[in-house]
Amino acid sequence: MTQVLKVEGISKGFPGVQALDDVHLELDRGEVLALVGENGAGKSTLMKILSGIYRMDSGRILIDGDEVDIAGPKAAQDLGISIIHQEMNLMPHLTVAQNIYIGREPRTGPWLQEAKLNRRTRELLDDLGIHLSPKRLVGELTVAQQQMVEIAKALSFERTKILIMDEPTSAISLSETEVLFRLIRSLRDRGVGIVYISHRMEELRQIADRVTVLRDGQYVGTRPMEEVEDGDIIAMMVGRELSAKWEARLEGTAEREVVFAVRGLSTKALLQDVSFELHRGEILGFAGLIGAGRTETARAIIGADPMSAGAVVVNGREVRITGPDVAVKHGIGYLPEDRKRHGLMLEQDVAFNVAMASLRDSRGPLGVLRQGRTRKVADRFIQSLRIKTPSSRSTVKNLSGGNQQKVVIAKWLARNCDVLIFDEPTRGIDVGAKEEIYKLLHELATQGKAIIMISSELPEVLRLSDRIVVMSEGRVTGTLNGDGADQETIMKLATQNIEVEAA
Amino acid sequence: MTQSKADELATSPTTEAPRAPVEAPATGGRGRFAALGQGLQQLLAFGTLIALLIFFSIAGANFLTVSNLSSILLSTAVIGILAVGTTFVIITGGIDLSLGTAMTLCSVITGLLLTKVGLPLSLGVLGGIAAGALIGAINGFNVAYLRLPPFIATLAMMLVAQGLALVLSGVKPIYFSKVEGFSSISLGNILPRIPNAVLILFGLAIVGGVILRKTILGRMTYAIGSNEEATRLSGINTRRWVLAIYTLAGVATGIAGVVLASRLNSAQPQLGVGYELQAIAAVIIGGTSLLGGRGSILGTLIGALIMSVLINGLRIMAIQPEWQTVVVGLVVLVAVFADNLRKRRAEGGGRV
Repeated sequence: MTQVLKVEGISKGFPGVQALDDVHLELDRGEVLALVGENGAGKSTLMKILSGIYRMDSGRILIDGDEVDIAGPKAAQDLGISIIHQEMNLMPHLTVAQNIYIGREPRTGPWLQEAKLNRRTRELLDDLGIHLSPKRLVGELTVAQQQMVEIAKALSFERTKILIMDEPTSAISLSETEVLFRLIRSLRDRGVGIVYISHRMEELRQIADRVTVLRDGQYVGTRPMEEVEDGDIIAMMVGRELSAKWEARLEGTAEREVVFAVRGLSTKALLQDVSFELHRGEILGFAGLIGAGRTETARAIIGADPMSAGAVVVNGREVRITGPDVAVKHGIGYLPEDRKRHGLMLEQDVAFNVAMASLRDSRGPLGVLRQGRTRKVADRFIQSLRIKTPSSRSTVKNLSGGNQQKVVIAKWLARNCDVLIFDEPTRGIDVGAKEEIYKLLHELATQGKAIIMISSELPEVLRLSDRIVVMSEGRVTGTLNGDGADQETIMKLATQNIEVEAA
Repeated sequence: MTQSKADELATSPTTEAPRAPVEAPATGGRGRFAALGQGLQQLLAFGTLIALLIFFSIAGANFLTVSNLSSILLSTAVIGILAVGTTFVIITGGIDLSLGTAMTLCSVITGLLLTKVGLPLSLGVLGGIAAGALIGAINGFNVAYLRLPPFIATLAMMLVAQGLALVLSGVKPIYFSKVEGFSSISLGNILPRIPNAVLILFGLAIVGGVILRKTILGRMTYAIGSNEEATRLSGINTRRWVLAIYTLAGVATGIAGVVLASRLNSAQPQLGVGYELQAIAAVIIGGTSLLGGRGSILGTLIGALIMSVLINGLRIMAIQPEWQTVVVGLVVLVAVFADNLRKRRAEGGGRV
């Protein structure tokens, strides 16, 4: 195979940090190269250099054997490099076609040729096997469909021969991932070289030909996927072996008392007759596709969104929860899926965030806040949850994803919540830190907290849950025992009542 | 010269901790530096103020006199009081355009209570402040419970208050000449040479600063401005707090109304429009972000002083009033630009 991209000895420093130090990367035509590394390993810096956002300090980049200078995003595009960022860069109020050809609309003089635009988009989408109408508004599409639009946009530049995808599946469901992979494979067959960044090992297994590992800004190595075990890759990433699994939690959690139950929960938009029970010391996994109604269930339980019917029972007593403030009074804490948008005040410090749900405990006369107390509480959790931070005064923005998640957990522990609802607790967290979070969930359950864990990563659900509730299309389609469940059974339940997706 | 000071303000973020656009490891001192950065911004505003004082002392012959300095302070009082109140609203990410005319309405109501109804001085003053609180509460209700955008809700209130002030007063000024002791609320001297209005300003600033930094209300102000949804999901009834914060700003508006009326010894129903923008400008110059989540009362106080020193100094240098307004406008521009620059640096951080 011919080499399309070669990166030789790239270094890039920022004040105080050497982000990249002598990094190599080689990409062949028609290959999917996985690029992995923990947060801070330098993946995104490398990608930003390739897409012309940063300039490198030293090193060489060769495309098709010729040394090139990537002076800016436009230059990268002209050289045939397209990048799909983790965050979508689409305009929700424009149509699919308008988004794909933004700034390159066919026109006669000052007049836009909307018909031609749509026709051209139609051809592009058909060619890629994406079933979407060019005239749909992007804001109405699912995240996965938007992802498709991003890919179509990247490939609408005819020169594109290198496609960089930064965690493309972080926000889409399993079945949508399948569609995405089909697309990636067809691109590969056409000779496009693809750099695929992801944290999900099982995905890399499915899609990647080779894997390149970075750690702390340094090149660790490149291996063919068939020749390495998952453990090898993880060891390369973290520079050490991960500790073995912890011992299974005590048997028989199902016989313990029910501390929390939901009966016949329905909402106007989606949920229908959702019921389940939660025991003390139990982790109840919630599996299902994106849009199955798991997050909606959580939000309805805590009163963030209104329920149209149903009852919530806490410690055997039916309670009416009209908002998150009432939920907290009943000891129910919700750790949202989107930590940064819904869980944290990024600009504020650790103590501020930890104290958020339990300010009442630190209230002095006249509403004065005892800040010494909030710091002491924060310090206690920094220690007990092993939060890596210089101090309780550090801005949360500067912590890694895993440690940010721990801050959110500390917030609810400080409030003494007995029922904790975790929504995608390990999303965007790197492998090493994920283990930490798993361990923490396990410890919390062992201490007698009742935990609901919503997750789209089946291995995670299977590994941690005592029991698993599977949802589909707003309904509970099955409740499984943790040890009796496997991926196939869950997927079958998760896709019940669903028409095969158009995409 | 002033411009060079302004430049200094604009480039202030470069002196902050390097917010390197790198994938920072979990540890490291950037958190501490960020806190320092906010302090630096205040320090810089303060430096600008001192620089302005020095400049005008040299350039304007009559600038550095006790009477002029005291008049600068007096002219800061009303804007400063409004600005202290609205700092809270702006930190929540909101805005209050009704400050100016609401203040006027409070003046007029105080006037009517004291001259027409004949209430004793203290009750009349309390009535004016209560009117301010009510206006603030209505703003807060509209924003928090009816979910109106703050800009629109307070724009509407601005017009309503302006109209009501004219209607209630019959479009004529109300004079307090017969109300004994009213003018000394602002112009009396509990401390020698310092008008009471100035004491009220500093007193309120201290109270405001303590509320913002030391109480739950202050904590909620920052929290809501940082991330309202996260605050709500933390089990906090954010609507109630937003209502309280706007009400608090309304109280400050009421106090400003009384102080202004007392200083003029009359309630002028035509006055008021434009005060809100000056107050907001003072808040922004003081380093409070219009996007919410950060800011301080000390900064606001310095911002208000910068504005009045600038206006006073330019006047003493016999610059035409029209140009004074232009300069203030430019200063606001520079301050917002500086804030943006800081923000862009802060958000330049890459992630994997």
